[in-house]
Amino acid sequence: MAIEVRIPTILRTYTDGAKAVDAKGATLEELIGDLDSRHPGLKDRLVDKGALRRFVNVYLNDEDVRFLGGLETPLSDGDTVTVLPAVAGGSR
Amino acid sequence: MRFDSLIDSVGRTPLVGLPRLSPSADVRIWAKLEDRNPTGSIKDRPALWMVEQAEKDGLLRPGCTILEPTSGNTGISLAMSARLKGYNLICVMPENTSEERRQLLRMWGAEIISSSAAGGSNEAVRVAKGLAEKNPDWVMLYQYGNPANWRSHYESTGPEILEDLPSVTHFVAGLGTTGTLMGVGRFLRERVPDVRIVAAEPRYGELVYGLRNVDEGFIPELYDPEVLTTRFSVSSGAALKRTRELLATEGIFAGVSTGAALHAALGMADKAVRAGERADIVFVVADGGWKYLSTGAYEGTLDEAEERLEGQLWA
Repeated sequence: MAIEVRIPTILRTYTDGAKAVDAKGATLEELIGDLDSRHPGLKDRLVDKGALRRFVNVYLNDEDVRFLGGLETPLSDGDTVTVLPAVAGGSR
Repeated sequence: MRFDSLIDSVGRTPLVGLPRLSPSADVRIWAKLEDRNPTGSIKDRPALWMVEQAEKDGLLRPGCTILEPTSGNTGISLAMSARLKGYNLICVMPENTSEERRQLLRMWGAEIISSSAAGGSNEAVRVAKGLAEKNPDWVMLYQYGNPANWRSHYESTGPEILEDLPSVTHFVAGLGTTGTLMGVGRFLRERVPDVRIVAAEPRYGELVYGLRNVDEGFIPELYDPEVLTTRFSVSSGAALKRTRELLATEGIFAGVSTGAALHAALGMADKAVRAGERADIVFVVADGGWKYLSTGAYEGTLDEAEERLEGQLWA
């Protein structure tokens, strides 16, 4: 089961510059674990103490996973997961 | 339909089915055509409600000056009301909003003060607040925090939708001031069990900073996350693709933010189909495409249009 994961510019150092990578998992948590096994260090940038980091947004097919089920959100084959930093520009 | 004046014709917009974009007879998508308002956008509703509330409160008298941070549509609506009711209008808007909007505002007699593109709408709000402090006789209606904004939708948009489609299950709209979602959302939640209130927010490229995005430093005072069921983040590319799809399959010529709302509506439709549930999904066509022609959104390939839209505010 392949799920496309889109990686934001600031995290592409973990994916050798790739904008999108494939990963597997029945839930978002499993998916992030699978990502980390091939791109070590990525999980730590996304998850803190068992929850998504505050300044990271994750979207399942463009829908905010915080409204779905957080890390327990179930995933299906063909889904697209998008990771974005919550603060895009730095200006307030 | 006959009205005493243009202002009296705000609202009562058509709700039209989208038989080609709806996935099945059980999962239907409906467009609320807010471009059919007098100045061509949904903002005619909150603008009128805010002006009339300020009149009732004794804040506005003929000859007064109204000040408002706006990226366009609210300014155009206020300009029309101001012209007919005898007020002056000053709009503070980011310099990267489309030329059509500026020309329209000037045509209706509004004065424009530009704020820097880098600061986005947040900066326009900041500049307007500063000007209001220095000019205490100016009246800032402030759409991001004025309860008359969401009340306009609670009292008009919401009731119209429920009257036309009592079987409504979902309401989808763009998330800007949050007034539409808060007003229609509260109205429907009180009357329709399990109704889903869905926000579509713009996801801009890295060239656009400091946006009207609740995650990016500015949360409108009107926003109450409890009203929402879920939120979609829609890229410029997806919004453009859906805007064109709406025109090609259903004949509706809409602005780019409508494409974002349609994208979220189709996402919810897909989930309803997968879950085997019935759905009547209403989404808002906030305005027509006319004011965005110069952005190049409707010409050439999608990639070309996306590139041209880079760095511009489209919602």
